[in-house]
Amino acid sequence: MTILAYLIPAALFLGGLGLAAFLWSLRSGQYDDLEGAAARILFDDKPDDSG
Amino acid sequence: MAGLTTAVPDALAAYVRDEPDGTSALNLMVENMHCAGCVRRIESAFQPLPGIVEARANLSARRLRLRWRGRGTNGAALLERLASLGYHAVPFDPEEMVSSRAAEERMLLRSVAVAGFAAANVMLLSVAVWAGAFEDMGPATRNLMHWVSALIALPAIAWSGRPFFRSAAAALQARAVNMDVPISLGVTLAAAMSLWETAAGGAHAYFDAAVMLLFFLLIGRYLDCWSRGRARSAAERLAVLGAAAARVIGAEGERLVPSRLLLPGMVVAVAPGDRIPADGRVLGGATDIDSSLLTGETLPRAVRQGDQVFAGTVNLTGALRVAVAAAGEDTVLSEIVRLMEAAESRRSRYVRLADRVARLYAPVVHGAALATFLGWTFIVGIDWQPALMIAVSVLIITCPCALGLAVPAVQVAAGGRLMRAGILVKQADALERLAAVDTVVFDKTGTLTEGRPRLIGEPGRDPEALALAARLAAASRHPLCRALVAAAGGAVPMADVVERPGYGLAAGTLRLGSRAWCGVSDRDKSEDETGPELWLARPGTAPVRFRFEDTPRAGAAEAVAALRRMGLSVYLLSGDRLGAVKALSARVGIFDGRADCRPSEKVAELERLAARGRKVAMVGDGLNDAPALAAAFVSISPAAAADVSRAAADMVFQGESLMAVVEAITTARRARRVMFQNLILAAGYNLFAIPLAVAGLATPLVAAAAMSGSSIAVTLNAMRLGRGGRKDKP
Repeated sequence: MTILAYLIPAALFLGGLGLAAFLWSLRSGQYDDLEGAAARILFDDKPDDSG
Repeated sequence: MAGLTTAVPDALAAYVRDEPDGTSALNLMVENMHCAGCVRRIESAFQPLPGIVEARANLSARRLRLRWRGRGTNGAALLERLASLGYHAVPFDPEEMVSSRAAEERMLLRSVAVAGFAAANVMLLSVAVWAGAFEDMGPATRNLMHWVSALIALPAIAWSGRPFFRSAAAALQARAVNMDVPISLGVTLAAAMSLWETAAGGAHAYFDAAVMLLFFLLIGRYLDCWSRGRARSAAERLAVLGAAAARVIGAEGERLVPSRLLLPGMVVAVAPGDRIPADGRVLGGATDIDSSLLTGETLPRAVRQGDQVFAGTVNLTGALRVAVAAAGEDTVLSEIVRLMEAAESRRSRYVRLADRVARLYAPVVHGAALATFLGWTFIVGIDWQPALMIAVSVLIITCPCALGLAVPAVQVAAGGRLMRAGILVKQADALERLAAVDTVVFDKTGTLTEGRPRLIGEPGRDPEALALAARLAAASRHPLCRALVAAAGGAVPMADVVERPGYGLAAGTLRLGSRAWCGVSDRDKSEDETGPELWLARPGTAPVRFRFEDTPRAGAAEAVAALRRMGLSVYLLSGDRLGAVKALSARVGIFDGRADCRPSEKVAELERLAARGRKVAMVGDGLNDAPALAAAFVSISPAAAADVSRAAADMVFQGESLMAVVEAITTARRARRVMFQNLILAAGYNLFAIPLAVAGLATPLVAAAAMSGSSIAVTLNAMRLGRGGRKDKP
């Protein structure tokens, strides 16, 4: 059962990483415009070279 | 295009914010931006401009944020650039729009994330414990699992349970019980008891149940908050796009000022076609004023120097200069607002279905737990500690997870369905109230009718006269002239047409306008011909008369018939004259109503109905309807309504057809049915779970399975409502 000493912290660390990533993306405004984000994938050129 | 910055402060200056990094930012609300192409076109039109740091469109909120280096602005050039792409934009102040609701939404989402993380990890450990019960897991390993669970669950519960704890505390302080009280109690007790068990090395810990419960409930609460936030921001968007800025004439020329920032004594210029931004007195110019939003009257009124004009009315024919009335002066708007506040304070508070259930539910469940404790201690005769454990497990297993989701899940599904149909639900309990309605009261002008006159076809009329009149009329903005042009199928405007506000038009010897303008005597006017009319006078022939009427809104008669089939009584309350009201009510099939109602009389009429036990839905659009909308049990207004009315209404419908009202009531009734089904489902689950818990047979595994099972059942049942009614986006 000593394997638990590694596996539980590993699971918690990975889960915590996911949580931190989510909170970061929320804070940086990535959920502010979900419709726009879905549409932006259709732009085939970078926004800075005007076309 | 000219440079972005100019030294002179211009129209948009009031909206430009100085950012700390030396740039300036402007937020615009963009009408008709609704696809990826629009975003692309708008952004790429601004990004290459010199000085622009950021041009970012937000498609969900229909907003555009521009940021550029340096101070000052050439706002007109920016708006022009947007206009040349075909987008109409209005500046707005983001500080005003970002309400506390957005912050609440974010906070809930964060809580959902934390609770989800904790639920997943604790559940992982719990599954190990459950499996271990059948294998050979030693008590030491089980205890380790429990301690790790406690380490994850306790901080997560303390942090993400705050929305519930806060609301429960507020309810208790007000000496009331809402659904959050049993939820908070259940979660707290579950955590405390599990900690006790863990410390004692016991077999049963309910950490998984506690965090899962929070996770499910937070999802429900977040979705509820999100869907209402969406409806609210759509309503705010309508308000911002509808409110034009006022053109103030000052010492250094004209500048644009948001209407709400107008001060008494300022002089504003109002061009033909513009809405009058504030109550005031006419300093110069003469015109016709369309006050249909204010009084419900379809016919324009002539005003000249010295006359009073009111905010919300539309200037039709001539340019005006208006001195804004002093504050405290008895303005129409202030009277309306006063009436509204009075009506709102008299309105009895509606107790939401979920809270009514909580009032019944909390004493029953808490009583059952107490009875369990007493029963086990005194009748069976075990020690008080295990008896307390059993009593707490009753509370945990009856914790209203499904009950907490039963109503919000339905509201989200129903709100989404209505939103796709163009109906915005602004108040959380509006659907519940709408479902209980037994009477619908309509306003006339702008609600049952289009609020625009239309030419009545007369078989004997000379088509040449119509064509000629239309060519004259094409020079004017007067609604009757517009209607005449529309009836003629368009016309080329005649040259040298002179408009005399309040009378009519003239071109050479031709005249189009009122009776007096065309020299027709009043004597042959019969009683029933009270509708609006225009006369065309030509030298050599008799004057020709054109009569107009306000046509019913699309779907008006069908909507009234459908409402009556649903068993609702339908009334009409109008500020217009009796003749006009009678004619219309016959056409749409309403047999009950009143004409010549002042705003206060409309409120009184609604209160009379309420006193007779009627639950009234008020549908209205005008400023004069606003107090009635505030007084009604539930209220609906069209998107084209006056700002104040739209703000007072619980729901706003977009689009022309009045069938939206029928759709809203049908959906509300279905939503109420599904809510009841859900409450019964949730109660049924408790009927099954309580005896198990009272008998002391509840284990964490039973609790977890029953809780998630009932939550999923309730959510799936609610989602049935969301199906159908889907309209494809334009």
